Amino acid sequence: MPFISNTEEQIRKMLQTIGVSSFKELLKNIPDELFVKNNLGLDAPLSEIEIAKKVTQLSKKNISTQENINFLGGGIYDHFIPAAVDYITSRPEFYSAYTPYQAEVSQGTLQFIYEFQTMICELTGMDAANASMYDGASAAAEALLMAKHYNRKKKFLIADTIHPLYKEVIKTYTSALDVEIVYIPQEDGQVNIEFIKDNIDKDVAAVLVQSPNFFGIIEDMKKIDPIVHKQRRTLLIAAVDPISLMLLNSPAEYNADIVVGEGQALGNHQNYGGPLFGFFASKKKFVRKMPGRIIGATHDTQDRRGYVMTLQTREQHIRRDKATSNICTNESLCALAATVYMVLLGKKGLRKVSEQCLQKSHYLFDKINNIDGFEPAFSAPFFKEFVVRSDFEVDLVLRNMFEKGYFAGIDLTPYGYDDHLLIAVTEKRTKAELDNFAKKLEEDTKKLYL
Amino acid sequence: MVTKTIFEKSVKNRTGFSLANSKIKTDVKELIPDKLRRKKQPNLPEVSELDALRHYIEISAKNHFIEKGFYPLGSCTMKYNPQINEMVCTLPGFTHIHPMQPEASVQGALEIMYELQKDLANISGFSQVSLQPVAGAQGEFTGVNIIYNYHKSKSRDPKKIIMPDSSHGTNPATTTMHGFEVVEIKSTDEGKVDLEALKEVVDDDVAGFMLTNPNTLGVFETQVKEIADIIHSVGGLMYMDGANMNAILGYIRPGDMGFDITHFNLHKTFSTPHGGGGPGNGGVGVTAELEEFLPSPIISKKEGKYYLDYSAENSIGKVHSFFGNFAVMVKAYMYIKMLGEKGLKRVAENAVINSNYVMNQIKEYFPVPFHDDIMHEFVASGKNYREYGIKTLDIAKRLLDYGVHAPTIYFPLIVKEALMIEPTETEGKETLDGFIEAMKIISKEAKENPEELKKAPTKPPIARLDETEAIKNLDIKFDFNQEK
Repeated sequence: MPFISNTEEQIRKMLQTIGVSSFKELLKNIPDELFVKNNLGLDAPLSEIEIAKKVTQLSKKNISTQENINFLGGGIYDHFIPAAVDYITSRPEFYSAYTPYQAEVSQGTLQFIYEFQTMICELTGMDAANASMYDGASAAAEALLMAKHYNRKKKFLIADTIHPLYKEVIKTYTSALDVEIVYIPQEDGQVNIEFIKDNIDKDVAAVLVQSPNFFGIIEDMKKIDPIVHKQRRTLLIAAVDPISLMLLNSPAEYNADIVVGEGQALGNHQNYGGPLFGFFASKKKFVRKMPGRIIGATHDTQDRRGYVMTLQTREQHIRRDKATSNICTNESLCALAATVYMVLLGKKGLRKVSEQCLQKSHYLFDKINNIDGFEPAFSAPFFKEFVVRSDFEVDLVLRNMFEKGYFAGIDLTPYGYDDHLLIAVTEKRTKAELDNFAKKLEEDTKKLYL
Repeated sequence: MVTKTIFEKSVKNRTGFSLANSKIKTDVKELIPDKLRRKKQPNLPEVSELDALRHYIEISAKNHFIEKGFYPLGSCTMKYNPQINEMVCTLPGFTHIHPMQPEASVQGALEIMYELQKDLANISGFSQVSLQPVAGAQGEFTGVNIIYNYHKSKSRDPKKIIMPDSSHGTNPATTTMHGFEVVEIKSTDEGKVDLEALKEVVDDDVAGFMLTNPNTLGVFETQVKEIADIIHSVGGLMYMDGANMNAILGYIRPGDMGFDITHFNLHKTFSTPHGGGGPGNGGVGVTAELEEFLPSPIISKKEGKYYLDYSAENSIGKVHSFFGNFAVMVKAYMYIKMLGEKGLKRVAENAVINSNYVMNQIKEYFPVPFHDDIMHEFVASGKNYREYGIKTLDIAKRLLDYGVHAPTIYFPLIVKEALMIEPTETEGKETLDGFIEAMKIISKEAKENPEELKKAPTKPPIARLDETEAIKNLDIKFDFNQEK
């Protein structure tokens, strides 16, 4: 039997030592009615060679973003990942370890998380970061809950321009709580700041704004800051794209209190949408309200520097029903990928990636809007993703471009924006690819006119 | 051996990354208005690829991991992770697919998810499974949310969820986070749910009951059907925390025990590695009655094509941005397909025999207060050594010197000086004998040379760390100013 070490002979000896004659005797007090009566209905077992073949074939039934040219974004991005990232994350020293409960034999995990926390703080300008959350959406939901625990207020103002799937997760997380959610409407793809001014009051626990937002547009966070912070203890939560932070205002520059985001763009594969990881950072004064694991530096009995899990009295395994969150398992290995990615790229490399995303997306934006039947949906500045409005049925355009070997973008119809197409451009796309894409899009849509 | 942080190894203008210069060179300042541009650059390290690899390989060697040695961490099911799973899940047809691709371009991925849903439903005796929750605790949250929505659909609004005092910390944490009230009931002298205590707290305000079976003491709750009857009689639902499913695979199913909902820990029971804390997968299975509440989408099949099915009208919505931790699902799928029913039964048998074998051999030295109906794990106590000034923490740290990861300690709270030991099925008798021997030696050391024991561990790369200092002088990020 694969993956089991004991032989029949050993099992016999062990049962003898225990003092029973069979495995079933160990379960003698379990009522008969609880045991499975018939077969489970699973397939006959496959050998390693058979399963490898089967699953490899299944992988080939998928068309990957290595085959098609990819312009899909919407929270998951096709950035380049250096081979050294996967090399480190595929070390069993990291992937086959559990949560670092025994610090003395977990210094590898603990130290990389400390370095991860440091780099997340550097990117966001915050004082504290945790070891990761499940994804950007759950991080945003937990940030709202944290604000509520901090100021005991019950109303959330949330930008309507945040990722629609964040909205859905937030709805699930808050469905049974005594809270009120007010969505701040958008105007030209940005949150309506006047609406915040008119609707904020002393009962607002937090204002959540994403920048760049779901449409790729950069929000004017500096204008939002004073409106939010005029209210006593009301918090400003920013959801951000970490790649953008090399060029755009750091959340500290607009005085955010809590910063969250989807971290996949940092060295993690798309993996059909999971695993992802959320990052979570805040100003120092909120650290004791933070969800999730936090790693701290300390010393051993011989005064050598080492790392431990710290502030654990916030967590479920100590605090139970009084914990700041129920999170236990997180996305540690994804945080490792992000750590190695940020280290390899360094300040210059990551800035270059950020610049190329910006430049290339704007280049394609101009190209597409020069095609008859396409126009910019919004005029506000964007980062690496943009929306165009189309005279054609977006679904049809996407299907035709798929036939030509492109994942051309995301149809925004299901999100309430008929005829709108969301296109993401990363540093991986070359000028030739962008030119070709625009050309094919033009050829294809011309036919639709006829 | 202390390893400097990567920040202290940084050399100005060094890089570990190459990217072709773009032919598109628009000035950034033209594209982003000045007021939106960052002023202070983040301090990321500058190292070569070799520097980075040396650094992370050096610190990785300080970790204990399953391929290095025994990992009897109770409740965490640290079994071996088959290599083939790790290899296959990195195929580009899995890693390089985007969640918004057309369904026609991800049929292989959807087939794996569909099959895994079906297999887990069969293994648990439930009607349908959502793979979306990405961790046990998120599975619990999903389950509790289903309980909430189920009652709401019946125009009821019960407030309480009951659980035994031996429950995992995530159970009460999830319950209050969701908005329910936790009612904890005491366990009996056998470590089981006290039916009398249960009857006392049960009323119309009970939304559900959360139970791990076998429970966190490793004890099988033989009266689970009676518990289910009591809860169901007031309209409540039964939730099984699936963390300990390894013990019952192929033999007993939550669906047959009277449970209505369970979560699976693919990263425990189905051999996907823990990644130093995650990613995991906490998929949720439910009875036919509750199917309509599962998170959307589930994967369905029509005319030979797999698709994302959003048709459940009363779905609780989403708990994850997309469809959950797909890469983890691939591994669990492979594991189940390799083992089949017979293999899964061998897992349960060996997990239970290994645990009973170790308990039988060490209980003389480390008493096991709850020792009847022990399944895949058990909880021993280090309290006998208090008189020598030795705590369970000292015993745990000493085990590290013998190359073994320590058991889970000080949990569950109802056992004094608890040592929660779960050998798992993948360990062979020699490994268990080695562990038993180490425990006996430690018992002797505790009595004869307690002062030495308190200095443990001495073999790992670092000695015992001061957790109080870590809290007092909170240092959770590198101080770049200190460097200068």
